[in-house]
Amino acid sequence: MFEFLVRLGDDRLVIGHRMAEWCGHGPILEEDIALANIALDYTGQASALLALAGDMEGKGRSDDALAYFRDETQFRNALITELPIGDFGFTIVRQFLFDCHSVLLWEALAACGHATLAGIAAKAIKEDTYHLRHSSEWMRKLGDGTAESHARVQASLDTLWRYTGELFEHDAVDDAVAALGIVVPHDTRAARWRSLVDGVLREATLVVPASPGPMVTGGRRGRHTEHLGHMLAEMQIVARSHPGASW
Amino acid sequence: MTDSQWPLWEVFTQGDHGEPFEHAGSVHAVDGEQAMQNARDVYARRGEAIHLWVVPAAAIVASAPSDAGPFFDPGNDKPYRHPQFYKAPKGVKVF
Amino acid sequence: MMPNPPELASGASAEAARDVAREAAFDARIAAGESIEPKDWMPERYRKQLIRMMSQHAHSEVVGMLPEGNWITRAPSLRRKMSLIAKVQDEGGHGLYIYCGTETLGVDRHDLVEQLLNGTAKYSSIFNYPTLSWADMGVIGWLVDGAAIVNQTILAKTSYGPYARAMIRICKEENFHKRQGYEIVATLAKGTPAQRAMVQDSVNRFWWPSLMMFGPSDTNSPNSGELRRWKVKRKTNDELRQRFVNLTIPQVQAVGLTVPDPDLAYNATTEDWEFGAIDWAEFNEVVRGNGPCNRERIAARRAAHDNGQWVRAAATAHAEKQAQNKTEAA
Repeated sequence: MFEFLVRLGDDRLVIGHRMAEWCGHGPILEEDIALANIALDYTGQASALLALAGDMEGKGRSDDALAYFRDETQFRNALITELPIGDFGFTIVRQFLFDCHSVLLWEALAACGHATLAGIAAKAIKEDTYHLRHSSEWMRKLGDGTAESHARVQASLDTLWRYTGELFEHDAVDDAVAALGIVVPHDTRAARWRSLVDGVLREATLVVPASPGPMVTGGRRGRHTEHLGHMLAEMQIVARSHPGASW
Repeated sequence: MTDSQWPLWEVFTQGDHGEPFEHAGSVHAVDGEQAMQNARDVYARRGEAIHLWVVPAAAIVASAPSDAGPFFDPGNDKPYRHPQFYKAPKGVKVF
Repeated sequence: MMPNPPELASGASAEAARDVAREAAFDARIAAGESIEPKDWMPERYRKQLIRMMSQHAHSEVVGMLPEGNWITRAPSLRRKMSLIAKVQDEGGHGLYIYCGTETLGVDRHDLVEQLLNGTAKYSSIFNYPTLSWADMGVIGWLVDGAAIVNQTILAKTSYGPYARAMIRICKEENFHKRQGYEIVATLAKGTPAQRAMVQDSVNRFWWPSLMMFGPSDTNSPNSGELRRWKVKRKTNDELRQRFVNLTIPQVQAVGLTVPDPDLAYNATTEDWEFGAIDWAEFNEVVRGNGPCNRERIAARRAAHDNGQWVRAAATAHAEKQAQNKTEAA
């Protein structure tokens, strides 16, 4: 259960952190504010999930302890969340692919047998439904905008596609939580995800890459890209420089 | 391509059920959906709204300052439109 | 829009006479405490001064996102990270509110942003100082937002309606900024020796620049007279500065910190905290573009604007296509 929650929490901690990097640097003021809202929602979800993970673990680790005092090999986020923000199109495509996944995941968890987790899911599904509406709209605008915007987001989609398989991997952690009444049907979820994605891609005049190569994976086991270490070095520097301090 | 400015939309928020919609401010957006999303992100960050209207600023027809006299002054001298104009007999409770 | 009634007199002299009459009527409205609305007649100088003042204010909010944005990725706890994101986001929102208010005066935000990026528009000098430690997030919220609140509380009564309304919304939102800032400061001040040193150093760096935020002294403030007469500004720079110092010193003392001013002394007669001389040479240099971070701040805004150009163009192109499809379908 701890492992399951940390995966959920780390995904959102990391993608929320990446989104927050846009603060003050968006393409238009309205969008700066929108991206910050998304960063806040994901960071809030991460905090709730990691706090619950800490409770379940029972070793007195808080959400902050888990966020700031674990090394990169102990992080369990999917690789797609840790990639650097790239251009605005890259951020949007990542967001869109992740949002589709996240909404479906919360749908399953809102009905799960663990009351606290179901509560977190019920709140998060509203947030992510809005995120998906936001990212889908930008997919259409950028995909079916100018020749330049189309080329940019298609290239981002080509790059990011290889990281999507990891979002639907099933392993022993899923089996373990199934015994607690937490069932995430990865196979049917993957199919629904694909049809959600395809629908928006069609409107956006974008296509799934024909030969993307094998899916990239490893985050759930702590095998990350080179990017996560740098991100964590920055994120954890203040907290780790003053061990035991309160902020 | 020149960097043209996105059109301006006026945003109206309803704070609670049954309350009137009030002008909150404006946002720039290329279409209604984006105007709605921007309005949500900018003017409902603190739970200030349960409903939103967005209206293209160009679609609003406003009275001109020079209209003020002919438009509004005539409404100011018709006391018979207000309940206080009418007297009720002492001791009777009228609605 | 309703057509104006036919004019009875014509010619340049009649026009001039009408302007004099309009200006007198305008002054009378100001004197009566009425608020001026976008479509009302207003003297050209009033419009220009407001555009200048409001756009500077909006630019300050937007540039002000950068020094604090610099620490979002290093915030030492999730709670602090979320408050900081929310605060920087609010600043973007406040910039947006004020830009919208400025647009009611007949200018485009696009043009105002261009003036910021090409260096012809000014913004608050405080944001040209670097943020060098986490403590700066506390001290900026406390001192910089505190100073801004002192200014903006008065501006909420300014004579131009859209500006006043934007200020009322902003003041409501900014109270959280100041409180979260002071909470950080208080936490650090009773923290480890390293944290205490960090926050004292931050106060030392931001104290004088915060006092400079109120602008030049009254004896040397070129726009003040006119702005006061029109009730755009309702208190002088020096009055507001003094008010800020009086409010702040007890807060400094309460958390056991000091301000870097050997001349600071309480005057029991006036009940003012009297402070030492402000280094106006430094202020003028920063305003002129030679502060520690002026170039970086504008470069960052320029980069955001340039990198966003293809995004804005795509959205415009998409909307045009959609409109076209609609017309063809009809």
